Amino acid sequence: MTLLKVMAFSLAILLSYTLFANILPQVQSDPPAEEEPIVPDDMDVAGMISWGETLFSGKGTCTLCHTNMGRAPDMLALDLGAEFAERLADPRYTGKAKGLEGAEAVQSYVEESMVDPSAYVVAGFGKKGTGDTVSPMPAVNAAPIQLSDIEMNALTAFLQSRAGVDVTVPLPTAAEDGASAADTGEEEGPAETAVAAFGKFGCSVCHDLDGSGAEVGPKLGGIGARIGRDGVREAILDPNATIAKGFEPDIMPGDLGEQMRASELELVLDYLMVLPENGARE
Amino acid sequence: MIVHRHSVFWTLALALLAGLLVGLVPDLIAAAEPEALVQPTRADYPSIAGLSSRTVVWSLAQMHLFLAAFVLAVPLFVLCIELAGVLTRETRYDDMAHEFMKISMAAYSFTALAGGGLTIALFLLYPNLMNFMMRVFQGQTLIYAALFGLESVCLYIYFYSWNALRHGNRKWFHMSIGVMLNMVGLGLLFIANAWTTFMMSPAGVDPSGAITGTVWDATHNPLWNPLNLHRFLANIAYGGAIVGAYAAYRFLSARTAAERAHYDWMGYTSNIIAVVGFLPLPFAGYWLMAEIYSYSQQMGITAMGGILAWLFIIQAVLIGTILLAANYYLWCGLGRTERGAHYAPYVKYIAVVLVGGFLVWVTPHTIILTPQEIQTMGGTSHKFLGPLGIMPAKNIAVNLMLVFTFLSFQMFYRSSRTPTVSWAKAGNAAIVALYIVGCLNIVAAGIYGYITPTVYKVGASVPQVATTLSIIVFTAIIDGFMLRGARKTEINWGRMPARSQYALFVLPVAFTWLMALMGYIRSSLRTNWHVYTIMKDASPEAYIPTIGEAGNMITLVTLSFMALIVFIFWLSQLGATKQQMPEAGTTVEEAAP
Repeated sequence: MTLLKVMAFSLAILLSYTLFANILPQVQSDPPAEEEPIVPDDMDVAGMISWGETLFSGKGTCTLCHTNMGRAPDMLALDLGAEFAERLADPRYTGKAKGLEGAEAVQSYVEESMVDPSAYVVAGFGKKGTGDTVSPMPAVNAAPIQLSDIEMNALTAFLQSRAGVDVTVPLPTAAEDGASAADTGEEEGPAETAVAAFGKFGCSVCHDLDGSGAEVGPKLGGIGARIGRDGVREAILDPNATIAKGFEPDIMPGDLGEQMRASELELVLDYLMVLPENGARE
Repeated sequence: MIVHRHSVFWTLALALLAGLLVGLVPDLIAAAEPEALVQPTRADYPSIAGLSSRTVVWSLAQMHLFLAAFVLAVPLFVLCIELAGVLTRETRYDDMAHEFMKISMAAYSFTALAGGGLTIALFLLYPNLMNFMMRVFQGQTLIYAALFGLESVCLYIYFYSWNALRHGNRKWFHMSIGVMLNMVGLGLLFIANAWTTFMMSPAGVDPSGAITGTVWDATHNPLWNPLNLHRFLANIAYGGAIVGAYAAYRFLSARTAAERAHYDWMGYTSNIIAVVGFLPLPFAGYWLMAEIYSYSQQMGITAMGGILAWLFIIQAVLIGTILLAANYYLWCGLGRTERGAHYAPYVKYIAVVLVGGFLVWVTPHTIILTPQEIQTMGGTSHKFLGPLGIMPAKNIAVNLMLVFTFLSFQMFYRSSRTPTVSWAKAGNAAIVALYIVGCLNIVAAGIYGYITPTVYKVGASVPQVATTLSIIVFTAIIDGFMLRGARKTEINWGRMPARSQYALFVLPVAFTWLMALMGYIRSSLRTNWHVYTIMKDASPEAYIPTIGEAGNMITLVTLSFMALIVFIFWLSQLGATKQQMPEAGTTVEEAAP
């Protein structure tokens, strides 16, 4: 009897821990996609800056440290023009940008900082005990971040833009695009069903669709009845035009109109118009 | 004669170790040929019978770790108890130490079984990883195997010679075998830790995976020593908790007052071992996490502010449970002495501090939220409770919880002793002052940590840790001098309510679950890498599972381990059972005890 009591008691404790683990938010972290991004043929300077901004908070993981938390200089809050000038004038700086000026100096300095962060460490941000000679920042072209040359150019373009100087990095060439495309295989053809289109554009990652349970964007079940075909079309092509109550702007990608084929958009609209509130479709 | 045996034993043992080192020394000091690593592809991971490779390896590794932690820890504190028996000349210490060893004996073969299963599974399911690890660690794996053999030899000699080497000089010889056993055990622990930490913070290899350093370089990687200390302390706490559960069960099923008194004392000692191992553990944890941040800020942030952040809330719940259970047991223990009533009124204040600290510790801060949740809360963290979620507040909470846990122990210790020294009043005042000033300092350092930039927050925790340790050390020293020649009150061992024993079951259950949880966090820090930044995990299961999925897995492994421990306890009792000789005219069943 004692043994049974003890076992029941221990089991109850175990189950309470298990229950607690199961009621917390459930997030699975998938490994990053292996493929290099396909750079559009017609990417201009503005596109490079915008892509660089995306990389800054995305794949580059820069915002893990470069925030107002004090781990690294807050690149989004600082006056980068003045900041870079001050660093390059620092007698401790002996790197590749020494002697250069203007946009070229910023380009050279940023590129050097990304691949060799310890070349110059801003005072107070070095590894403890190294006297600001060793940076805690990893080289972004090495694992685990592994940015490509084109991606580092995009990041440099973004920081040059933030520093108020001209963007001097080379824009992606057709050869590079071709190489990127070749790495990833042939361009994906148009989705032939609405479900395939949802998979292709990753809608259910943020929207609750057929029980995916995602809550970043509004639930898609019954959306046709709620905002109509034109409303859904607008939400896809211009997601910031109207923000559903309780959700944040700038979360949904704004370039779906450029990525989707017309046939795919129509398939998605047809599907959502008849998708019932509970999300399950016969 | 005994001297002769002694020298033969040590000569043989040292010759074996020296032979191993000489034989393998080229491997230890010479680097292998640099050769870039070929990254594995999906096709390099065999699928066997549709089983989840990760689940198989995860469960076997966890089971091996549970058992190894237990069997390596028990001889450590058994040796200390044996020494206490020699110093106090009380045989009850020696008997208890022997009983602790008896409990753990059956666990050794299961540890080897789980370890063997894990090795086979790893080579079978992750051949490329194991091939790389073998190339890095070379002959060290053979040293590990040899140490395992030596561990078995020392263990069996230590256990089976207990009664043969019980008194006089023979006792010292016996304890020297115990020292050897523990040295070999620690060697095994440290080698295994080297392999584990190499996968997190590889050293002796270049970014392409080419081996450029020696085995020692790979062993002495940035996280090796922090993990060594953390696991050493955790093992002691864990071992204490497991044998405490054994004592509690024997207490509850005891039939005589003497038996109940014995197992009450055994449970009390086990609880003290668990608490002593546990008190410095958070500090070892800080060191480990600080080194993780130092090695890779990205890895540190993944742990504390990214997808794994919620797991530290579960950790807080588990540690809170452990501290509350350990304290509850100590408070119940005040009933063993008449003077205990003198301290009982203070229990409610300690309880308030512990519960308050627990609530602060479980307050989350940087977590993944939905837009709806952000809007409802008015930001990414709560306006008033948000500050309680960051490290300075948690540092105050955990340090105060540890200080007050020590106070609970100190109260019980003093409940059976009345100081007789002339300066007792001044001594008591000094102890009270140390507690008050220390606690104020912990709170003040926490507030400073809150208002200072993030990079200095970790630094602000150092004076808090130093204060906590100072309170413990200095009040213990003052007590030690003040209670010399104290008037002792009888401790009525066995005078404990049955419910108090359930606290001793909470400890191993929570510790086991906690160890598995921390293992899940530690492994997840590598994200989609077998060897961080060097060898990618290209298997179909290269993702971090959800907390729920991990929780279910942890519970299953914990349940399996608990079932095994019940079996091991049963075996140890079976070994002490002796069937009576059937008398003429009775059946065998009638004569059974």
